[in-house]
Amino acid sequence: MKRRKVDLKALPGATANAVDERFKVARPLRGILNKVFPDHWSFLLGEIALFSFIVLLLTGTFMALFFDPSMTEVKYDGSYTPLRGQEMSHAYASSLDLSFDVRGGLVVRQMHHWAALLFVAAIIVHMFRIFFTGAYRKPRETNWIIGLLLFWLAFLEGFAGYSLPDDALSGTGLRIATGIMLSIPVIGTWVTSSLFGGEFPGHVILDRLYIVHVFLIPLVLLALITIHITLVFIQKHTQWPGPGRTNSNVVGERFFPRYVMKQAGFFMLVFAVIAAMGGLFQINPIWLFGPYRAAVVSAGSQPDWYVMFLDGSTRLMPAWELTFSIAGHQYMIPGIFWPTVVLPGILTVLPMAWPFIEARKNKDKSIHNLAQRPRDVPQRTALGAMAVSFYIVLLISGGNDIIADKFHISLNAMTWAGRIGLLVIPPLAYYITHRIALGLQQHDREVLAHGVETGIIKRLPNGAFVEIHQPLAPVDDHGHPEELPYVNWTVPKKMNRLGALGPAIRGFFKPIEVPVKPQLPPAPEKEREKTSV
Amino acid sequence: MSTHETTEVPDGAKAVDPTDPNLTYREVLEEGLRRDEIEIVHYEPQFPVPGTKAEKRVERLVAFLLLLCGLAAIAFVVIYVSPLGQPEEYHFGSNNWDWFTPLLGFTLGLSLFGIGMAILVYGKKLLPHEIAVQQRHNDPSSPDDRALAAGTLGFIGSEFNIQRRPLIKGALGLGGLGLGAAAVVVPVGMLLKDPHKGDPGGHDPYMTTGWNPEAFNNGKPVRMVREDHTPVRPEDVSTGGQMTVFPDVPGGTTNEHADSPVLLIHLRDEDAQTLRDNLHKYPVNAMDGGSMWNNFVAYSKICTHAGCPASLYEQQTNRLLCPCHQSQFLITDNAKPIFGPAARRLPMLAIGVDDEGFLVARRDFDVSVGPAYWERPSK
Repeated sequence: MKRRKVDLKALPGATANAVDERFKVARPLRGILNKVFPDHWSFLLGEIALFSFIVLLLTGTFMALFFDPSMTEVKYDGSYTPLRGQEMSHAYASSLDLSFDVRGGLVVRQMHHWAALLFVAAIIVHMFRIFFTGAYRKPRETNWIIGLLLFWLAFLEGFAGYSLPDDALSGTGLRIATGIMLSIPVIGTWVTSSLFGGEFPGHVILDRLYIVHVFLIPLVLLALITIHITLVFIQKHTQWPGPGRTNSNVVGERFFPRYVMKQAGFFMLVFAVIAAMGGLFQINPIWLFGPYRAAVVSAGSQPDWYVMFLDGSTRLMPAWELTFSIAGHQYMIPGIFWPTVVLPGILTVLPMAWPFIEARKNKDKSIHNLAQRPRDVPQRTALGAMAVSFYIVLLISGGNDIIADKFHISLNAMTWAGRIGLLVIPPLAYYITHRIALGLQQHDREVLAHGVETGIIKRLPNGAFVEIHQPLAPVDDHGHPEELPYVNWTVPKKMNRLGALGPAIRGFFKPIEVPVKPQLPPAPEKEREKTSV
Repeated sequence: MSTHETTEVPDGAKAVDPTDPNLTYREVLEEGLRRDEIEIVHYEPQFPVPGTKAEKRVERLVAFLLLLCGLAAIAFVVIYVSPLGQPEEYHFGSNNWDWFTPLLGFTLGLSLFGIGMAILVYGKKLLPHEIAVQQRHNDPSSPDDRALAAGTLGFIGSEFNIQRRPLIKGALGLGGLGLGAAAVVVPVGMLLKDPHKGDPGGHDPYMTTGWNPEAFNNGKPVRMVREDHTPVRPEDVSTGGQMTVFPDVPGGTTNEHADSPVLLIHLRDEDAQTLRDNLHKYPVNAMDGGSMWNNFVAYSKICTHAGCPASLYEQQTNRLLCPCHQSQFLITDNAKPIFGPAARRLPMLAIGVDDEGFLVARRDFDVSVGPAYWERPSK
């Protein structure tokens, strides 16, 4: 019997042939390997969200093996002594077990919570980047809308997860959610009773939230994230303007190998930060809050940070309750309806429509692949600043009791400051941002026309002082620089940006390489002849 | 990925056959790039001269980071299996277990940091730096492609030819409507629950609390108990003090009766007098004037704004603060909301003392407790 020797050298080629005969992947593979991606730090914000989501899936799956959402009352007899013998729901008891009796469970639980906070934070910062650079314009409106949906899904997912451990804060949050649902006109009580299976809190809400939290929303999130990234792939990423960069090309690096390595390394770093935070920084210590009891709450009850802006809007809302009668029956719209149902509704619909509103306003139907510098679109930037400041006032108001306590300010004064601030600060932010954007634009034009300020002050024979400018463009016969056109990209404004100060020496403790000696540029041929004579 | 193969060769360039075995990898790569309309315009090895000191330094750094990753991971495993984790019992105060979770997080973070940085340094410092340019295709599909797709769809439509079959059209409409209704009814109908039914004796849950004698206590007034089910005598609450009490019914202290917790307040004489003088201002809470018992008064603890327990009682000013949204209620003015988003007073519970000297609720609240809703009766 003849034994065939395996030729190790031919193995990769043979495998590749076998795969291609079956799946015909050679061409798509080449396309992916060679695809060019533009590189800029601000393009990595969305990645942070994606990577946190992966960590959430990993840690969440682990936790689901130990958590039980049942609301049946049990007597706790785990290893955390201060709560022993207390009546609590099975959900809370299993959360305690996950923290104390599952080895390393607490690290995973805290990593999950930090990853969730980071997930929403990264989504929001990513959204800012997209907005302020106009990256949502045609052809990317769909992806902008998907992004907004992802934000609200992340918000709901986070809230559902926050409610699951059934500690005092979870229950308080759920109770407020009940108050919000009840306020919906006409169907409020029906919605609430149907979701809770009767009166608050009932016996089913945690089971329902559990399946929503571990299956329904993650499924939709996963699907939408897949579409989101696929669209970035198909439509190709936007890029900043710059030398050689046009609306119809992408300047960057091939996907493999360098770009992918940077992404993989970045993923590990995000993972590392979440792991370190999960171990080092305590988050949501449910054993200190105790089980949820309808009569118990503590001062400084705060939701997770991404819910705080709605908490803030609720706190700032004046006590306006609308009552009216229809056909002899009294009906009412509770005040909480406006800041918690109407406001989020506006915050969902308005940004979704924004790309179309802007395009219509500008009568703009063209394709945009170049990101815009915020200063070049002052109205949009100012509008964004207005929205951000509105959001920040609400966010701060969501923690106004803590601020009042820590800084010894009257609580009522904080509320009034928030109410007034909410009306006054956004328009102010609009005006100031608009002026700043115009000022920056003007300065860019000035440098392009006259050159970079050198910091060298010269005294003229008549006694006047002038600053010498280094022109960016060649000078004409009178020594005046030609005015350069603005190309929508950074204008160098400091001498070292021009290479005039020599490169910084590399190396931390001692120089790695011999530094380049600063030199004068070689003089043009004609002048050299003159001087040599 | 370009959607169409570009095999035509630009002027001056030689046609390249990628299967030619004499080609270098680089030449094959460039042919592939050309077909995908990509051009590497700048390609620069990080270390043009191989094996310099600087390159070795970077290599050592990557190796160190990988070792760090491994060592930290081993430390993680050692700590994980060490006796630091999982003591028999956890007590307040510091103990060795306090170090377990932070050390796990630190070592895991360090390990991941090591591998992450190793990959990054390798990619950024050792792989050649390049600038590549790829063409986008901003144009939509070609007119031909569009016409072909539209024509195909049109033909498929004509194959169905639904316009010519009005019977099917009508039946489809009706059938679809029916199926759609069923698709809505199944999930909604399964969840749907009449909010105003469900408490014992046909009482409306939104109008009934654990203090309702008919629904929960066979018609007898319900006693006030503490969380440990012990009944409350008036002398248990000192003057100026307050206490959270629950209805003495099955499950009365649990979340089963989440709308029942009540704050029992023993007012000082002058405050009680102020309250009595103010009671008539608000017909609902005024009741029959005898809803207080001596200087004792009981208000629902469930905030009329969003349902949090309004439980921070400021003894000196007789204000009750809800810590969720900072609504403040002035007890001596019949629990009037004086600040914050709450618009309605806290409902008062009519109290008395039974033959054995324990405090009881004489009847249920007269109004719906907690947050407002559309059809809430506002008497």
